[in-house]
Amino acid sequence: MRTLFFLLEKEFRQLMRRKSLLGILIIAPSIQLILMPLAADFSVKNVSIVVVDNDHSTFSQKLINKITAGGNFKLAGYVSSYKEALKMVEQDKADLALQIPLNFEKNLVRENSEKMFVAINAIEGTKANLGGSYLSSIVRDFDNDIRVEWTHNATVDAPQISVASSNWYNPFMNYNLYMVPAILVTLVTALSAMQSAFNIVQEKENGTIEQINVTPIKKHIFIIGKLVPFLVLGIVIFTLGLLIGRIFYHIVPVGNIFVLYTSLVIYLFAMLGLGLLISTYSATQMQAMSLSFFFINIFNMMSGVFSSVDSMPAWAQAIVQTFPPSHFIKIMRTVVLKGSGFSDITGHLIAMAIIGLVLNVWAVLNYRKTA
Amino acid sequence: MEHVIKTEKLTKRFGDFIACNELSFEVGKGEIFGFLGANGAGKTTAMRMLCGLLKPTSGKASVAGFDVFTQTEKIKMSIGYMSQKFSLYDDLTVAENIRFYAGIYGMRTKQIKEKTKELLDELGLQNEEKTLVSALPLGWKQKLAFSVSIVHAPDIVFLDEPTGGVDPVTRRQFWDLIYHAADKGVTVFVTTHYMDEAEYCNRVSIMVDGVIAALDSPANLKHEFNCDNMEDVFYQLARKAKRSDG
Amino acid sequence: MHSQLITFIKKEFLHVFRDRKTLLMLFGLPIAQIILFGFALSNEVKDSKIVVADYSKDAVTTKIISKIGSSKYFNIQQSLQSADELQSAFKKGVIKMAVIFPQNFGNDLIHTNKVTIQVIADASDPNLATTVTNYVTNIINDYNAELTNGNVQPLQIVPEVKMLYNPELRGAPNFVPGVMALVLMLVCTMMTSVAIVKEKELGTMEILLVSPFKTIYIIIAKLAPNLIISVVNLFIILILSSVFLDLQVKGSVLLLTFCSMLFILTSLSIGLLLSINAQTQQSAMTASLMGMMLPTMLLTGFLFPIENMPIVMQVLANLVPSRWYFIIVKRVMLKGLGFSAVWKETLILSAMCFFLFAVSLRKFKTRLQ
Repeated sequence: MRTLFFLLEKEFRQLMRRKSLLGILIIAPSIQLILMPLAADFSVKNVSIVVVDNDHSTFSQKLINKITAGGNFKLAGYVSSYKEALKMVEQDKADLALQIPLNFEKNLVRENSEKMFVAINAIEGTKANLGGSYLSSIVRDFDNDIRVEWTHNATVDAPQISVASSNWYNPFMNYNLYMVPAILVTLVTALSAMQSAFNIVQEKENGTIEQINVTPIKKHIFIIGKLVPFLVLGIVIFTLGLLIGRIFYHIVPVGNIFVLYTSLVIYLFAMLGLGLLISTYSATQMQAMSLSFFFINIFNMMSGVFSSVDSMPAWAQAIVQTFPPSHFIKIMRTVVLKGSGFSDITGHLIAMAIIGLVLNVWAVLNYRKTA
Repeated sequence: MEHVIKTEKLTKRFGDFIACNELSFEVGKGEIFGFLGANGAGKTTAMRMLCGLLKPTSGKASVAGFDVFTQTEKIKMSIGYMSQKFSLYDDLTVAENIRFYAGIYGMRTKQIKEKTKELLDELGLQNEEKTLVSALPLGWKQKLAFSVSIVHAPDIVFLDEPTGGVDPVTRRQFWDLIYHAADKGVTVFVTTHYMDEAEYCNRVSIMVDGVIAALDSPANLKHEFNCDNMEDVFYQLARKAKRSDG
Repeated sequence: MHSQLITFIKKEFLHVFRDRKTLLMLFGLPIAQIILFGFALSNEVKDSKIVVADYSKDAVTTKIISKIGSSKYFNIQQSLQSADELQSAFKKGVIKMAVIFPQNFGNDLIHTNKVTIQVIADASDPNLATTVTNYVTNIINDYNAELTNGNVQPLQIVPEVKMLYNPELRGAPNFVPGVMALVLMLVCTMMTSVAIVKEKELGTMEILLVSPFKTIYIIIAKLAPNLIISVVNLFIILILSSVFLDLQVKGSVLLLTFCSMLFILTSLSIGLLLSINAQTQQSAMTASLMGMMLPTMLLTGFLFPIENMPIVMQVLANLVPSRWYFIIVKRVMLKGLGFSAVWKETLILSAMCFFLFAVSLRKFKTRLQ
């Protein structure tokens, strides 16, 4: 339609003229995408461990050495009592306290089994989980080693099932591969949902919407004219993001670029719909900001960027299925890391499309009534 | 005389509040019709109904031959509109604004080019073609806004307090433009607070508390109310009003 | 002067309280977050969906598979017949791990005493891969122990692990303080900056400035509503956490409130600073949100441990007020420690608060000259 053409021409001209806004919209996400993955590292290294060695034997020293030699643990120090060790954990000077009891070596040989005491600061669950995991696997190895060394015959005859483990899709266990695609999604999300809402409400607040209302521009054309620039901006930022991912983090999508962009467009369709919906419920920019901030915050925390959706209770997982970002993040991660194709992500695409349809229809109906 | 605006008992209620009460009047083609009234009298509501922005509660009205209830889209194509607060986009140039509005109203590219040149010549803005509207002085902005509002040669143009905040010389020049347009057959429906401008109109209506308290040529009204100027006429009518701002 | 100030503050309150939708966000957001995140977010790994490929199908494999399946950590989705199915299963993103038993498993175990189970983990999420691999290895090892002499392996070192402060590894203890810091900071900066810029846009700011009102009073009046709302929010969060998430304030509520107010003031000052350079509400909002959201989330320390980050990021993190506040909340609320444990952080926070407030006050005055 010709009116749409002229409307889009005007919108783009206006957008291009607001250099500072454009700058923030493009530069801020780029800088964040470059820097933030450096921070977003879930891999647990340098768990600091404070040791109480009541045994003071070469044996206990060997165990301690093995624990601290691995690179997962950093020795925070030796103290003489468990109480002191706990105090260090309390003061965040150590994450883990290890106590080797008196006569450790002797009791181990005599009773065939001996305990050692570990206390972990479990406030930060991931660290506690992994700290515990690493420790138990190091102790297990140590245990096997001494068993082989001291009882030459015992283990040779016993049947042993061993586990050969391999890691696919991310052999170097690089957290960036996992986080960068997701962070990119959060940035695109903020842009599409929030800015679009803001832009429309700005016209409402200024009163310039009146001027549009007297012209023959139909309401749905107006809406399309307002949203298309942000669709384009979203695609631009996404592309920039992929480039940054490649240049700075050497992340090259294994999957098909076309799959990515198709998913992006469907996703933007849903998020712009949300932005539009928010604009129909806001009379002032402050309100638009409040409402979109509410949603974006919840999306960021619950869509699986920083904590796994699978760990959530069933009711929470159900709610999360209605969030478009959770689907797009899943798509990004599977396509970029594993090369998933359309057939693998159909469920997610359909979910986003349906949510998008609902949001947009609701928004347009609302818009017709109130504007 | 052909009537381009016809209303018959046009009414608008908001709940219990009657903003416009059974307005009945007609405006002829090429007429300069002044629509006066104190704030809160119902002028803006009436104008919005005529522009197709607001659905009336009851009554009948037609603008440019189209019904305000059922044919608002056609009305919009046939009218121009200039509001006091805003008409042009500050962050677009003069030429870009002209192009936008001309394009919205369906003019073809060649026509737009020609019209742009014509407008710029007429207003003496040839050098400002690529200037952002925000950089123009207020008087030029308003003249440009008026010209843009009739760029598509509509039958009627609605002007909502178009000359606020400019000096008398510029106002005069603005009214020259209005006369020029009226001569070419465009009907001008203008609301204003400036009583001297009321004198420039062919006919004037004065709304008080939602009804039309007076409707006639300025000369007749002055005679009827025994005043030398429109200001006194207005004052006599308006001070009886029960409704007002604030 | 003081009665005028009170009147002014009252007016500012009216502005905020008349705006229902914004109020909804201001109070609704912390409530929704606490409830949602408190109950939904968890670091525990259980019921991970895995697949099993059993090429041997004998008594041994069946036993092991049933052990794995009955473990709370795993949820066997399906049995695969071939290796091709494996790729496709992973690509859908649902399966986290595959456990593969080679042919003649049972026989080989009896005759050679050595067999190998292949475990393939989807390392997209490296931590998850490590954890599930570890869990399945533990199960296999337990089975190994059963195979030899009944249950006892000689020379067994048994680590007895105690989880401190949060024995059930709930997400809440970590997330609630983090959410507190995040929400208070973002809301304060956003609300303040946008509100001030709105007055600038409307032109009413100029009117204020030509009045005999001292600039500092204007600023106090502008900041007052958000300060009060944030403190109320703080208490709402604490109460909700206590009631719904079983997370009480173990230490001094007074100390916590004091430090929270310091933090809130710091955030408000940042909002003030942002409002100075912004011309439109949109740019104020964009600057607060796009500029501060991600850094605050990532550098506060509740999502990712700061010690893990490259030095550059650690230095940056030290500049983020919420990072210090987060430490204070954790220590006072979760560990029940007193001022002696947090005096350093409180000092840093006070210094930041003072500095930011002074700078923003100064800039505000000069900008308008």
